[in-house]
Amino acid sequence: MIKTQEISINMGPQHPSTHGVFRCVLQLDGETVTNITNHTGYLHRGTEKLAEARTYTQVIPYTDRLDYIGAMLNNTGYVQTVEKLMGLEIPERAEYIRIILQELSRIANHMLFVGCYALDMAGFTGWMYTFRDRERVLDMLEMVCGSRMTFSFMRIGGVPEDLPEEFFPALRSFLDDFPKMIEEYNGLITGNEILQARSKGIGVLSKEMALAYGVTGPNLRASGVNYDVRKAEPYGIYDRFEFDVPVLENGDCFDRYYIRVLEMEQSARIIRQALEQIPEGPIMAKVPKVIKPPVGEAYHLVEGTKGLLGYYIVSDGSTKPYRLHIHSPSFVNLGVFPEISKGHNIQDTVLILASIDIVLGEVDR
Amino acid sequence: MENINLFVLLANWLRQWLEGVGASPDVIEVVMDVFGTVGALVFILLNALILVLLERKAAAFFQQRYGPNRWGPKGVFQTIFDSLKLLSKEDIIPKAVDKWVFKIAAYLIFIPAILVFAVIPFGEGMIISDLNIGIFYFVAVASTATLAFLMAGWGSNNKYSLIGGMRSVAQMVSYEIPLVFSLVGVVMLTGSMKMSAIVAAQTKVWFILPQFLAFLVYFIAGHAELNRGPFDMPEGEQEIVAGPYTEYSGMRWALFFLAEYANLVAVCSIATTMFLGGWNPIPGLGFLPIPTYVWFVLKVYFMIMLFMWTRWTFPRVRIDHLMHFGWKVLIPVSLVNILVTGIGIKIYQWMGW
Repeated sequence: MIKTQEISINMGPQHPSTHGVFRCVLQLDGETVTNITNHTGYLHRGTEKLAEARTYTQVIPYTDRLDYIGAMLNNTGYVQTVEKLMGLEIPERAEYIRIILQELSRIANHMLFVGCYALDMAGFTGWMYTFRDRERVLDMLEMVCGSRMTFSFMRIGGVPEDLPEEFFPALRSFLDDFPKMIEEYNGLITGNEILQARSKGIGVLSKEMALAYGVTGPNLRASGVNYDVRKAEPYGIYDRFEFDVPVLENGDCFDRYYIRVLEMEQSARIIRQALEQIPEGPIMAKVPKVIKPPVGEAYHLVEGTKGLLGYYIVSDGSTKPYRLHIHSPSFVNLGVFPEISKGHNIQDTVLILASIDIVLGEVDR
Repeated sequence: MENINLFVLLANWLRQWLEGVGASPDVIEVVMDVFGTVGALVFILLNALILVLLERKAAAFFQQRYGPNRWGPKGVFQTIFDSLKLLSKEDIIPKAVDKWVFKIAAYLIFIPAILVFAVIPFGEGMIISDLNIGIFYFVAVASTATLAFLMAGWGSNNKYSLIGGMRSVAQMVSYEIPLVFSLVGVVMLTGSMKMSAIVAAQTKVWFILPQFLAFLVYFIAGHAELNRGPFDMPEGEQEIVAGPYTEYSGMRWALFFLAEYANLVAVCSIATTMFLGGWNPIPGLGFLPIPTYVWFVLKVYFMIMLFMWTRWTFPRVRIDHLMHFGWKVLIPVSLVNILVTGIGIKIYQWMGW
């Protein structure tokens, strides 16, 4: 008797579009995916354990290596947690600098996402367009701290250096060109018929499932849940800025893609306001030479590039954290990947993975 | 325009010389064919060399970057050094592959790519073999390339390759039909499948005007036929790594790409012959002292640029969308085109023009 046979196929850890060393095993019936098993851990470096043997300041570079695409946000999340633990007040100017750099980092991350989403359906030109513009953001961040990806710029109590002179004209010209860039992406990538046909109605993540799996960030907002930590529990000085939280309803790949484009616009809006309001003044609070937070614990949430990024620190009063735990959004979001990919084509699977926007440094920690 | 064609002069001179030596007619024919084949081969290889560079430069242009610019002025020697690198690479044949199939697939893919050049009229009087069924021959030979893809996919003993091979068959078989149907309109207008007759019929009006729909169908189906642009399913880099090419390395791998570019030239040549007037000069510019083969190459490169433009603009379609589009859009459209062309011809005859 003739019968068809399911094949299982290994996607990753070395595969062009698993965005790093992610591995999943696909069960294929022809080209239809019937089951997916996630295998993570290829990039596990034990960041949380390493932190226990480092002083509070020495942990900062490790946070860069989590979500290395939006590292400024990881830095900020960590130092804000320590500041919460120590009860530090941060100077105004430092707060504004943090906001500008965080949102720039977010724009860089979302540009990478938009480009990669195009690339994962072989839209190579779209990828080059976003990378051309992302380069300008990275150049600006390089002006500030001399590094393009792993910044380690935030310090406990503020920022180590003021923004350089040449940073402001570069930022202003970038913000002036920004609407044109978005228009270009919308023309080349968003408006493309093939992209729309391929991503609308694909990998639908319902509101209920998103909440049940603990999905956060743009993925959650694309499913129709209006939750952004910057609005819900404002940290830093986010409550001073006017910005919208884009929410889309369908929860399919296209919404997850398009919400990033909308978020980039909001980030630019925040940066514009911060540029207008930024005051003169000190950039560093009075912090003791040796950082010894009092005994206790602190949990702090920030809206990372991928979602809700949480740091939990337990202090035993020494110079090193007793325990550091990182709630990484990519890891949680990845859990939903097998569920929403079932029954789709193998080509859609790649697209769904791209739309979830994982970064393996954060998944494996 | 008459008799200034360098290549035709050379061929005539060779023929006369052979007759002078006293060779029998059969020997002369064989020698002439061999020389024609060598000429076509040189043309293919030269084009492949140029096209690899052109593709990278065109991609760079569309993407606002420089492209290769290290070797030679503006990077013109890039392909030569790439080929040298590929030649010097180890030819890895994995242990578990079906060795015979795996090896022969790389050569087999190149054969139809060369064979189709037998019927392409490069210029006035420049056709290796002016068959009565020229266009039919092209369609028949070109479709056999599918076999090589399937062999490579199966022989590699790799699931990614197998999926790629299967996709290739599904796609090529589906898109062969609209491709053939789109050419039928031209054949109906000309009343001949002979390449020289088709070109001769286009001295005044190119067939792209009365057969624009057919041209569009041919252009789209051509992408699928070439595995390029939005229809590069078999390769599907993002999903199936490199499809049938996954396990190939070194020169064997390069042969696939050589064949791809040879096919690109072939498909564009056929498009030029069928729709863009072949080697005829642009109407009104016939007085220019430009040889016919230059006109032909110019038009072919215009077509190639169109192909590159689409490739670097559009993302890849999904395999089932591709099938739907082929069967539900392209085939009906090409059938309608045949119907309209037939009615048009009848009206034309009835009016007595």
